[in-house]
Amino acid sequence: MLSAFVRVTKQLAVIASLLLMSWAVHAEWEVNMPKGITPISETVYDLHMIIFYICVVIAVIVFGGMFWSIIHHRKSKGHQPANFHESTTVEIIWTAIPLLILVVMAIPATQGVFAMYNSDDSDIDIQVTGYQWKWRYQFIGEDIDYFSVLATPRDQINNQATKGEHYLLEVDEPLVVPIHKKIRFLLTSNDVIHAWWVPELAVKKDAIPGFINESWTYIKEPGTYRGQCAELCGKDHGFMPIVVKAVEESEYQDWLNEKKEQRRLELAKAAAEAEQTWDLNELVTKGQQVYEKNCQACHQPTGEGLPPVFPALKGSAIIKGDIAEHIRVVLHGRTGTAMASYAAQLSDSEIASVVTYERNAWGQNSGDTVQPSDVAELR
Amino acid sequence: MSDTITSSDTLDHHEPHAKGLGRWLFTTNHKDIGTLYLIFSFVMLFIGGGMAFVIRAELFQPGLQFIQPEFFNQMTTMHGLIMVFGVVMPAFVGLANWMVPLMIGAPDMALPRMNNWSFWIMPFAFTMLLSSLFMDGGGPNFGWTFYAPLSTTYAPPSTTFFIFGVHLMGLSSIMGAINIITTVLNMRAPGMTLMKMPMFVWTWLITAFLLIAVMPVLAGCVTMMLMDIHFGTSFFNAAGGGDPVMFQHVFWFFGHPEVYIMILPAFGVVSQIIPAFARKKLFGYHSMVYATASIAILSFIVWAHHMFTVGLPAAAELFFMYSTMLIAVPTGVKVFNWVSTMFKGSMTFEAPMLFSVAFVVLFTIGGLSGLMLSIAPADFQYHDTYFVVAHFHYVLVPGAIFGIIAATYFWIPKWSGYMYNEGLAKVHFWLSFIGLNLTFFPMHFLGLAGMPRRIPDYALQFADFNMITSLGAFLFGTTQLLFLYIVIQCARGKGEPAPQKPWEGAEGLEWTVPSPAPLHTFEQPPKVD
Ligand code: HEM
Ligand SMILES: [Cu+2]
Repeated sequence: MLSAFVRVTKQLAVIASLLLMSWAVHAEWEVNMPKGITPISETVYDLHMIIFYICVVIAVIVFGGMFWSIIHHRKSKGHQPANFHESTTVEIIWTAIPLLILVVMAIPATQGVFAMYNSDDSDIDIQVTGYQWKWRYQFIGEDIDYFSVLATPRDQINNQATKGEHYLLEVDEPLVVPIHKKIRFLLTSNDVIHAWWVPELAVKKDAIPGFINESWTYIKEPGTYRGQCAELCGKDHGFMPIVVKAVEESEYQDWLNEKKEQRRLELAKAAAEAEQTWDLNELVTKGQQVYEKNCQACHQPTGEGLPPVFPALKGSAIIKGDIAEHIRVVLHGRTGTAMASYAAQLSDSEIASVVTYERNAWGQNSGDTVQPSDVAELR
Repeated sequence: MSDTITSSDTLDHHEPHAKGLGRWLFTTNHKDIGTLYLIFSFVMLFIGGGMAFVIRAELFQPGLQFIQPEFFNQMTTMHGLIMVFGVVMPAFVGLANWMVPLMIGAPDMALPRMNNWSFWIMPFAFTMLLSSLFMDGGGPNFGWTFYAPLSTTYAPPSTTFFIFGVHLMGLSSIMGAINIITTVLNMRAPGMTLMKMPMFVWTWLITAFLLIAVMPVLAGCVTMMLMDIHFGTSFFNAAGGGDPVMFQHVFWFFGHPEVYIMILPAFGVVSQIIPAFARKKLFGYHSMVYATASIAILSFIVWAHHMFTVGLPAAAELFFMYSTMLIAVPTGVKVFNWVSTMFKGSMTFEAPMLFSVAFVVLFTIGGLSGLMLSIAPADFQYHDTYFVVAHFHYVLVPGAIFGIIAATYFWIPKWSGYMYNEGLAKVHFWLSFIGLNLTFFPMHFLGLAGMPRRIPDYALQFADFNMITSLGAFLFGTTQLLFLYIVIQCARGKGEPAPQKPWEGAEGLEWTVPSPAPLHTFEQPPKVD
């Protein structure tokens, strides 16, 4: 029996080392938590490893004792059952020792909690707002406010194109932040609960409608760090990634200026567009782009929606009916439903064009046109 | 003792002589009702398992292959709800119905008519719940934890059916729990003091108190949802002055004791089985009872460990971290006692024992990952990832489900009068054991590497482990068909006739009645010394 046991153990050891080797070859088989690049992420990593080793030791002792009994105290080996079945002393011992271990463990864990909660004295404050299914970043005190949306093309998701390296973890506009600065995040949501999570920063915090949560980070190394929404938030919960680009201070300043300039241009352009009168074709072309980016996740490319939660637009009363009412729904949303207000996200000309598009798409060809000035009146 | 139950093999004057369907519809007999519960749970196991199949098929590879995200969310939600409320809980109630009266020497449950009612509510509740999948807008798609406002303002119209389904299940559970408490406290045979009761009866008594305490909280929770959806209130709607975080507090005040409701009876089962196959008395019976009670009490003050990332104040974060760490202590005591029961025993490894040993090992792994999760700062990384999915599947599948399977093999000779096929049962065990670990172990890695839970598609670095997990799941799932076959063979009387006490080391009143147990037992109370 014992020799058989030794033989089996040897074979298992061989198999295990083979597995380990293939593991090393498969460098992408990440099996542990990233250590990350912030003081907090390192604290968290250390806590994780300490408690993990404590668990391993407990497991080795418990399972060791158990398998030793299983091997030696079998009836088939002629082992006679012993008679003992109670001992207050050992019960006290194995209540007290784990309790002591936990008390010791609680000390660094408590320090960790306090460190995570200390978001005072920040250098930069960023408001992060969750939307179904994108993130909005507003730099407090700076004129910067933009949305960050999944950039992976639909045909990759539908297996019609080869998947790129950062499949599902890429966005159109990353969050850019400087290294070596204390950055405070103020998290909230526009609709349901989301959670903003970037593993390398060890920041995960729920974004809750009506609440503002705080979290903070201090990034030590430049790089691109990717994360995802971590709270089920509806249909496209799996498709709202987060990309944080951490750069040197000077590069950050350049980005800030560029971004502000870009925003100025956009506003100027929007203002100019708002003055203009557009023809049907221009409106429909532009409107289709706006629709694809903002509306089709719910109302679908065909305009048929996913009723009854996401109603069809094609052939609907709203699209055939009063134009002002149609604009109002897009501008202000519908309370009590998943239809959000787009007043903050879209300019007058964008709303005008998307409303025009909806009234003329999917074979409806109403010929209606909506001008930015019509939208401005209802804002 | 066995001469106290005379030849009552046939239906006697207590029973309306209903035959066929009527027998099952109108039965007030604890054994029949136990059987109904167990069959119901088995059916639900395959429905809920089928949904897991769909989920794992979609996650076999990156990209969307078979289903769309909105249906994926319905599958995860329904899978969770069915496994919790439709499989684990009814199976334990079924075991309680069969075994509690037999173990305490009672002729039946204390409230037999209510017993009938609490079972027959279940098929309606679940028909209602499942039918929502076919309604406009689909079924519930907000996870089994149904956080508001995703489950209120943003929910599909079928949510109302979900709410009433939950109400019915709650009703059934509360009635079942009242029945068990009344039976255990009032109908024990003379001499059966509380501290002589088998562990299974003890764990169920404590579980029943948990049920009575928390099912009304769940009912309140879904009622507030109903009000928010239909009657213009704003309990959970921030825009109307409500509080979405309060939803989570209420839900987890129910939800945490609920996870212990799903494991305590399994603790009881293995505490019956391990001594029987180690041929040695349970080590530390008293401390087992106290540990179970401590776990139950502590389970009321740990709920917000599910909410470490919602932005609790630091003081609350610490309180819930400490209390959660504390719960590992009585849990550890139970594990140590099981191991000590095996120590210096004279063990054999028939199927019930195999499943129980696997229970101790794998449940402990789940308990240890629970201890990791309790460390609040680390939980910021673990929360809502596959690491949590791995944790609760380790406590629920080799915990609750293996407990139920072990109980089935242990007692099916008593239920059916026939021995199951030991060879096939061993195959069932090993395939389940391998399949389960292939399925759930890699999930730890996935979670640590950063894969969130409840997503229908994932980044490429998660592909390999997901494939292994899916293959493991297919193996585990199909293996349960073998279990079905083994059970059906017993029910059909294929196999060796079972003796009154098929297990050499087993103790307890249930082994003093013939196999199969006649419809009426202990009409004269047995004497316990
Ligand atoms: C040593 C004992 C245990 C400890 C310390 C523990 C700790 C935890 C913690 C801290 C979480 C929250 C993780 C997160 O969401 O970030 C959790 C989740 C969970 N645990 Fe445990 N646990 C223990 C035993 C159990 C048992 C016995 C069960 C059930 C049989 C269980 C079932 C669950 C479930 C279902 C969840 C996830 C709920 C969800 O979010 O959907 N746990 N556990
Ligand atoms: Cu989200």
